[in-house]
Amino acid sequence: MAWTRNVLRVNLTQGSCSTEPLNMEWAEKYLGQRGLASKYLAEEIDPACDALSPDNKLIMATGPLTGTMAATGGRYSVITKSPLTGAIACSNSGGFIGNEIKNAGFDMIIFEGKSPKPVYLLLENEVATLCPADEVWGKSVWETDEILHTKYQDPLLRIAGVGRAAEQGCLYASVVNDLHRAAGRSGVGTVMASKNLKAVAVRGTKGVGNIRDPKAFFKATNEGKRALAENAMTGEGLGALGTQALMNVINEVGAMPTRNMREVQFEGASKISGEAMLEPRESDGKANLTTNAACFGCTIACGRISTIDPQHYTIVNRPEYMGNSGGLEYEAAWALGSDTGVDDLDALTYANFLCNEDGYDPISFGATVAAAMEMFELGAITTKDTGGLELKFGSAEALTKSAELVSTGEGFGKDLGLGSKRLCEKYGHPELSMTVKGQEFPAYDPRGVQGMGLAYATSNRGACHLRGYTVSSELLGVPVKTDPLSTEGKPDLVKAFQDATAAVDSSGLCVFTTFGWTLEDIAPQVDAACEGNWTAESMVEAGERIWNLERKFNLDAGLTAADDTLPERLLKDAAKTGPAKGKVNELGKMLPQYYEVRGWTPEGVPTDATLERLSV
Amino acid sequence: MVRELQTSGASNAQDGASVKITFKLYASLTPLLPGTGTDHATGVEVDPGTSVLDVIDQFKVPRESAHLVLLNGVFIAPEERHKPLLQDGDTLAIWPPVAGG
Ligand code: SF4
Repeated sequence: MAWTRNVLRVNLTQGSCSTEPLNMEWAEKYLGQRGLASKYLAEEIDPACDALSPDNKLIMATGPLTGTMAATGGRYSVITKSPLTGAIACSNSGGFIGNEIKNAGFDMIIFEGKSPKPVYLLLENEVATLCPADEVWGKSVWETDEILHTKYQDPLLRIAGVGRAAEQGCLYASVVNDLHRAAGRSGVGTVMASKNLKAVAVRGTKGVGNIRDPKAFFKATNEGKRALAENAMTGEGLGALGTQALMNVINEVGAMPTRNMREVQFEGASKISGEAMLEPRESDGKANLTTNAACFGCTIACGRISTIDPQHYTIVNRPEYMGNSGGLEYEAAWALGSDTGVDDLDALTYANFLCNEDGYDPISFGATVAAAMEMFELGAITTKDTGGLELKFGSAEALTKSAELVSTGEGFGKDLGLGSKRLCEKYGHPELSMTVKGQEFPAYDPRGVQGMGLAYATSNRGACHLRGYTVSSELLGVPVKTDPLSTEGKPDLVKAFQDATAAVDSSGLCVFTTFGWTLEDIAPQVDAACEGNWTAESMVEAGERIWNLERKFNLDAGLTAADDTLPERLLKDAAKTGPAKGKVNELGKMLPQYYEVRGWTPEGVPTDATLERLSV
Repeated sequence: MVRELQTSGASNAQDGASVKITFKLYASLTPLLPGTGTDHATGVEVDPGTSVLDVIDQFKVPRESAHLVLLNGVFIAPEERHKPLLQDGDTLAIWPPVAGG
């Protein structure tokens, strides 16, 4: 079954930990991880509750393939109600902690209530203890990691925690695990800190057994690995340049959101690209990229390990930042770079280090700084507000200083921690917030990739590329090439991507496998591992069920079809350069059709027939 | 016929009989492009009627590695690549299989 069938329930208010059986009926309908934990959340909390109150819960969930020998089978997700969007949040992370939770004997950890004092959870093979966090509260994620590793003298202890940003109420704080992997989006770290929960430290040595059909599982996972190795993208491309291979591609196609999405191409793109990360620098002859890296069980290894130029102004006389750490992924490089107009690769790498060190989402952070820069240019924000900081587009100093302020929540860092939507409202320019449902955009301008406009507008966690990555089809030709500038067929394409992704996100696998795999490759692995009759079709159906469950949660939380929209800038201001020149995003053409193919009313509400068909 | 542009921009072709394009190779293909800076681009002069495949072959880009082919940012499907599409001032950019997110 690949399931331990155990759920750890941690009541933080009472300080108690208990074990209960996993609801297998739900597991057969919602698979695991994103789907199954969303079901638990929807059943256990009032969707209208205050996300930062003790009424909200936070679930760390693995999938059936987490901890198994399936390629990339090390993922876990953090599911909660988001303080940034008010919608359901599910942030997925790799690294090693997901595998460790499973090996400690649990499929899922549910945190409820709020601890009267800061605590961390120590989990050692089914023994769960809440420990006072006095020595780590107020510390960064990196310091916390070091203190706990020193204390327990176990290098294999896996730690996920929040940094000072979360403690200070930054609304897009992440939960960072293994130093530089993160459940990054939607402020899941903010919720964790609001519960006075600093970290989860896990050591598991029980192994993951209970595979339903071991022989079939061996065969399916081996075939899967071969397919990934033989595919040029997953076998070679992602390992070489990582996701950062996209920087020049997206700029060339004119879909690179630049300077708070005023433009669609960035003149400095090549300087902050994956290729630039390979070029030796003058000071020490080393390249920014030291090596690639893999999460647990991953044969793709897209991770980036980088150093900052030791002579860069950000780290002079600061040896603690001179070593190797998690380098730039495309999303971070875009948000910290193009969106702020900064083309200083080392400044971006430094800001990215700080996002990991103190746990906050580089996408939301970069996009919020970009919005602040635009308001600074307009005079709506002045040096009086920023404490003297000249927030100009293109200023590396402005970017890195902003990161330092958000890390600690000091000065203007408090405002930047509000996220783009609340910041723009505060300074009187709500129209300059490039967000959907309060969450900042990722790295594809929907004027140049039409389907992504619909994917952003309808994403259940606000603007997000990982809820339906039609870029794969529209720009990269996987599984089939479609025209990025046309709206034709996009409602069906978006739905297909959304449903399939929801299933993959619920399996314990990394979504990047889908550059080399279809659900036809994934289903046999899931089916051999656990209960349920898992075929490509039943996985798509589970994905659709999950999508509708999330939608229902959001509607119950008070969101409506009016929230399925894009900022005016993307709907009214045409792209100025590139292939999309003269184009806006034509969301209005796609949205009604999307509701229809989803089986929703024109108001975006799943019909009774749809809910019944999917037995949500 | 495909010629690399000299820095002087001197051309062997008769006036009006050739087109100049910008040619870019990225990721693992970059080393196939002589003498480029961080912009991965070089000027190329081609005869009218030259196809994308002619340029790909001239620069010894293995055809199977020319995965993502963009002419002025617009994807050129494999079945279009033998056609005489190149016009003066065009930018032709090519990637091996790349992915991301
Ligand atoms: S493909 Fe990249 S993100 Fe996904 S599991 Fe592998 S290393 Fe981690």
